[in-house]
Amino acid sequence: MTGDIVFWVLAALAVAAGVAVFSVNSMARATYALAISFVAVGLTLLLFDLQFLGVITVLMMVMEMAIMAIYMIMFMGMNPALMPMSMKHGKGAAMTIAVGTFLVLAAGALFVPWPARRGTPAPDLTVALGEAIMESKMLVMMTVSPVLFATIVAALVLAAPSGRYDRLGDDLRRRSAPARQPEGADR
Amino acid sequence: MTLQTVLLVAAALFSVGLYGAISQQVVVMVMMGLELMLNGVVLAAVGFWWFLSPAPEGQVLVLVVITAMTVEMAMGFAVATLLHRSRNADMTDMAADLSR
Repeated sequence: MTGDIVFWVLAALAVAAGVAVFSVNSMARATYALAISFVAVGLTLLLFDLQFLGVITVLMMVMEMAIMAIYMIMFMGMNPALMPMSMKHGKGAAMTIAVGTFLVLAAGALFVPWPARRGTPAPDLTVALGEAIMESKMLVMMTVSPVLFATIVAALVLAAPSGRYDRLGDDLRRRSAPARQPEGADR
Repeated sequence: MTLQTVLLVAAALFSVGLYGAISQQVVVMVMMGLELMLNGVVLAAVGFWWFLSPAPEGQVLVLVVITAMTVEMAMGFAVATLLHRSRNADMTDMAADLSR
């Protein structure tokens, strides 16, 4: 009973904060709302005894939202991030698609005859997850690791100020960089 | 707390995120919509795992989705940085020619 109440409170908080992301009038507030939504879902995972996944969801998303706030200040300045704004297009079509998607998913959730539960959870789910990714599901770990490394490299290549795009532009066939203009007092 | 209720909440999160991803013009706000959609996917995956087949493989799937969220956010920030530097653009409409 207590678990049900906590679930509904967290579920309402997650959805309400999710709606607030796109209804509050500043990007900084939207970031806080998204962080609250993620924390609510992370805490919901704890109700399923998923301590590890719940905690990394909360930690990762809070850090991610902090980085997002820094980005907004970098690109838009502190005041624009806090100023009231509304930059949307196609609101009517987007609302129609979103409501239609929800109705289809909700109908599937309610009317599909889901099978009965097979098996029982392991006594320690964190240990079970660790054993799975280090034994029978090691291929997942071996795939995720290079993907994350490739992400780091690709993100740096794209974001570094002296990267290929800054030197050569977006013409992928271009092979040589233009001659650098001399800089400093002696040019 | 049943599978249906968990899936309903996940569907609501996914749909709200979809609305944001389609309607927002600022790149960072579009990324927020995508994150919210993946938030719903995580919750749905956990619901399926817990109520249908609570084997460790389900947890591994959730771990993969969380990894996908990380990759999406890192690449999104990198592309947003590149767009801002090369075109001084922070809105999707200012980079619409990239879709051609």
